[in-house]
Amino acid sequence: MSELLKVPTMAEFMAQGKQPEVLFWVGCAGSFDDRAKKITKAFVKLLNKANVEFAVLGTEESCTGDPAKRSGNEFLFQMQAVTNIEVLNAYEVKKIVTACPHCFNTIKNEYPELGGNYEVMHHTQFLKTLLNEGRLTIAGGQYKGKRITFHDPCYLGRANNVYEAPRELIQKLEAELVEMKNCRRNGLCCGAGGAQMFKEPEKGDKDVNVERTEQALETQPQIIAAGCPFCNTMMTDGVKAKEKEADIEVMDIAELIANAQDL
Amino acid sequence: MPYLSNILFAAILIFSISFFVKNVKKLTRNIKLGRDVDVSDNKSQRWKNMTMIALGQSKMVRRPVAGLLHIIVYVGFIIINLEVLEIIIDGITGSHRIGLKVFPLSFYGGLIGAFEILAVLVFISVTLFWIRRNIIRLQRFWKSEMTSWPKNDGNNILYFEMVLMTLFLIMNATDVHFQGMNSGNVISQFIASWFGGISGETLHVIERTAWWLHITGILVFLNYLYYSKHLHILLAFPNTFYGKLKPKGQLDNLEAVTKEVKMMMDPNVDPFAAPAEGTEGDMPAKFGASDVQDLSWVQLMNAYTCTECGRCTSQCPANQTGKKLSPRKIMMDTRDRLEEVGKNIDTNKGEFKDDGKQLLDNYISREELWACTSCNACVEACPVSIDPLSIILDMRRYLVMEQSAAPVELNNMMTNIENNGAPWPYNQMDRLNWKDE
Repeated sequence: MSELLKVPTMAEFMAQGKQPEVLFWVGCAGSFDDRAKKITKAFVKLLNKANVEFAVLGTEESCTGDPAKRSGNEFLFQMQAVTNIEVLNAYEVKKIVTACPHCFNTIKNEYPELGGNYEVMHHTQFLKTLLNEGRLTIAGGQYKGKRITFHDPCYLGRANNVYEAPRELIQKLEAELVEMKNCRRNGLCCGAGGAQMFKEPEKGDKDVNVERTEQALETQPQIIAAGCPFCNTMMTDGVKAKEKEADIEVMDIAELIANAQDL
Repeated sequence: MPYLSNILFAAILIFSISFFVKNVKKLTRNIKLGRDVDVSDNKSQRWKNMTMIALGQSKMVRRPVAGLLHIIVYVGFIIINLEVLEIIIDGITGSHRIGLKVFPLSFYGGLIGAFEILAVLVFISVTLFWIRRNIIRLQRFWKSEMTSWPKNDGNNILYFEMVLMTLFLIMNATDVHFQGMNSGNVISQFIASWFGGISGETLHVIERTAWWLHITGILVFLNYLYYSKHLHILLAFPNTFYGKLKPKGQLDNLEAVTKEVKMMMDPNVDPFAAPAEGTEGDMPAKFGASDVQDLSWVQLMNAYTCTECGRCTSQCPANQTGKKLSPRKIMMDTRDRLEEVGKNIDTNKGEFKDDGKQLLDNYISREELWACTSCNACVEACPVSIDPLSIILDMRRYLVMEQSAAPVELNNMMTNIENNGAPWPYNQMDRLNWKDE
């Protein structure tokens, strides 16, 4: 499969004196986390399929600094930000797409003040645009008629008011979109934000991801759709904790669309 | 002494208002203890937010039951206060229902009739609020921070409003002249029948008593505000005006850090150069916040505005899963500490004397701060644009940048970012390996 993936880097584009249409910001999870790498590949397959001239930074990419900032380490955050902005500006990047809402939020909202001004899109927004432009088709395939519930990532939803793009994509799969009691702006966090992903939770009587998974299970879904690699991990763990992994899959929207076309 | 009651009234009025003004000054002084922050941008959006959120109650109605009841009390409060204007003029001049001399009877009757209906609706709503709090015991009113004063405060306000509405209706019901006109006594005519058989003179005494208790009650209530969570009736307006306009996910970039980082990245900067003349004061005393003076004045105003409704806490993922963090408590603690600092300044002739306490640890524990997922549910839930997350973040900044006191796992994560540009210990050179896996 992998030989089919075309993943050019910005350096390669530059060497040819060309500019890609968009930079795909892969993010740390998308680069290193085994589960998230599958999302990255699914998204690349879609980009390839739609003939999008994109590039990645590859080894020149570095953490946006989101978890450092939210831990309170403004210093480390700004060091990361300024370094990344230097790289991005050197390549004259105008447009960025990412499958991670944390990268999305940070680059979109917190980089401009530090000199990084780009048009930033979440991959669901980007896929929606491709669909609207007729460059990408979405078929239901194996997901036709399946019950799918969508978990709003905080950094996409509440943080940036993006609620509809992921839902419209799910509906294009001819799937039955079922909403949780707490959705959109009332969506409950998966428990990973604010750098919680990297530490044990404080003492309590439940884990946040289990609480959120229970809310998802109430909708009796066949698939829990996510739009964030961290939410994906948390919800997958939640499904395991409820011993439902045989019946319920946690999938990124890019994966759903790619799988539906057997990409 | 024909003017005795006028003088007494004027004295009570002047005393109440000056006492209130004194506390408002204290309140503004305390809020100004916060750091300055530029919120002069985008005035039109700010006016719009204030109109929609505070005046229009747009976020209150997201919870329809509480929202509807609140609108009734809010509208009732504003409109019935028109009646207070008449009471004050009557009290000072010694007139009786001056409105009757100014307006035609039908108009005056219409007004009073509307007040009476609202008074009943307010009474019912407030009773329902009381039932929600004390009989149904909605969870958010029984969290651990809602004991002693906060709990009593919530109920006191409801009792106040019940008593004031009752006095207003009794005052109208026992006003023989007013009842005789039979205009505007839509509710009080029924109450008047309870007083049947009582002599005119006694009725007059009851009417006067109700009148005096009503107006002094209102003045006491006015002065109760400063000591209560009920300050929101005033502060909700500036608070929604100065509320955050940027996307919720956007946390502010510390300017002082930006300067440092830019210097570090600039190869032309002489690291040993003495600071330029007059710039010594530019560096903040510390990064982040360990006490209320380190917060911005908007954050401090947030604390005074909080009416402890607990919508934030009920939406907080950490709180829902039994962690100690409660965004409402963050706001209550900030206010309590700010009050303590204010009193300290008062007793020390205008200067703050170190009392060995601070917001961090003495009020807000580290366990609470580290439980936050920064999901913005609390910010989204607040009906008056309070931002508890910004305080949590500023306090984390202090812990990390001033004290290096992050939890061990977070220190590992940050070390990884520093060393290899990812929160996990993977080599940056391996970032593209996924392509070939």
